[in-house]
Amino acid sequence: MAKITYIEHDGTEHAIDVKTGLTVMEGAVKNNIPGIDADCGGACACATCHVYVDEAWLSKTGTKSAMEESMLDFAEGVQDNSRLSCQIKVTDDLDGLKVTMPESQH
Amino acid sequence: MTDASAHVVIVGAGHAGGTAAALLRQYGHEGPITLVGDEPIAPYQRPPLSKAWLKGEADADSLALKPTEFYAENHIDFRPNVTAYKLDRGAKTVALSDGTNVAYDALILATGARAIALPIEGADLEGILFLRTAAHAEALKAQVGPGKKLAVVGGGYIGLEVAASGRALGAEVVVLEREPRILARVACGALSAFFQGYHEKHGVRFELGATAAAFVGENGHVTGVKLADGRVIDCDAVVVGVGAHPNDELAKDAGLDCARGVVVDLDARSVTDPSVFAIGDVAHRPMPIYDRMFRMESVPNALEQAKQVASAITGRPRPAGECPWQWSDQFDLKLQIAGYAFDVDEILLRGDPASAKFAVFHLKGDQVQSVEAINSPPEFMMGKQLILSRKPVNKAKLADPSVSMKEVAA
Repeated sequence: MAKITYIEHDGTEHAIDVKTGLTVMEGAVKNNIPGIDADCGGACACATCHVYVDEAWLSKTGTKSAMEESMLDFAEGVQDNSRLSCQIKVTDDLDGLKVTMPESQH
Repeated sequence: MTDASAHVVIVGAGHAGGTAAALLRQYGHEGPITLVGDEPIAPYQRPPLSKAWLKGEADADSLALKPTEFYAENHIDFRPNVTAYKLDRGAKTVALSDGTNVAYDALILATGARAIALPIEGADLEGILFLRTAAHAEALKAQVGPGKKLAVVGGGYIGLEVAASGRALGAEVVVLEREPRILARVACGALSAFFQGYHEKHGVRFELGATAAAFVGENGHVTGVKLADGRVIDCDAVVVGVGAHPNDELAKDAGLDCARGVVVDLDARSVTDPSVFAIGDVAHRPMPIYDRMFRMESVPNALEQAKQVASAITGRPRPAGECPWQWSDQFDLKLQIAGYAFDVDEILLRGDPASAKFAVFHLKGDQVQSVEAINSPPEFMMGKQLILSRKPVNKAKLADPSVSMKEVAA
């Protein structure tokens, strides 16, 4: 279990306990958190689960695969700390993780 | 309709219905929500059924759209194993198989589509399967494995995904396709040839121009597919993937305008009755970028229309128009399709199919109508934007993979 804080674009925070083994995307979707659409359900096919990872957590969330990098390259509002949340597996090490959602997922 | 206390009844608890219920709460709807589904379980994702789930890489929990407790916690009256059999638009009630007659202020029809069965001899034998529901996938899983022979009737995307998963599980797989090529209705010749070659490399056998004339069996279980030319293809199980039919009977019987699907407007609202909406596979909806109306069977379409209906009911602005898209995973191939190939006068190949990394662009004049991208996210992502913007493209640049997609779209 890891506590993850999802921050909407308008600043609204949702702190949720997410089971290890799920992805950061699944933690949001299963708890009906607004701002992560995840149209493809985690197939890395759509880039609608884009988040900004809090700088302090970047090293712990792992590296992007070539596919993720390539999808993100064309998403809107991409920054250095952009990730597709379906590609971040939740581990105990991520307890306290903070991610912020972009203004739109299109 | 922005009555926060309105009773919303959703008939159909698939991807569209389940998402509409969740979005209504997310968008602040406070009135009662009743969600009725004919399956025994809460809404779940169907795409993994033919892929990760079949291969044992996903379980029921990971398939579920929301955890079981979500519905009670959010005051959504979820009723599994229940169908709706009569809609009375005058009284604004819907009669359910659990014996209740539920009154609605807004009714959302999300009844989906059902697999088309082959009306041929032997169709009621055991071991003839479809793939629409978790129960179907469960039955199929029990039939595929090392040494088993699986026949797939229909070389469409579902058939090909089942073939790929069947091979991954060690089964012998043969795909029977009536047309002279696979994917005949949905893809161009180059893509058909590529997928056939890739599947053959992984041990899938194809019989093209092969019409299934009858199923043959022993002791009530299928043992083969008899083709129109008289040959019999031996098998232990059959998956029939020859398309789906919209479940629009409830709407039709109630006098709602239907055209192979319930005809709706840009808010997913029935053109006949402002209190009734239809979303997902059962909706016949307008698509302004193609200046026409049609019915789509895809998860992104279900999600988009769930957003439309939840927005309409809660008084939010209508979501911006989308570019329809879909995806398919087979072996290590990721296929992403954006748009539909309407009114196409030119097909342009970008990249080399031999590298298993290429894209097929379908053009109308110098506008992109659709793109099929194999292991090529930039072509898919940029293609989607070009389809939506209707911006003219330079064809020479588009056909040249050394020119980046960003430059093509610049």
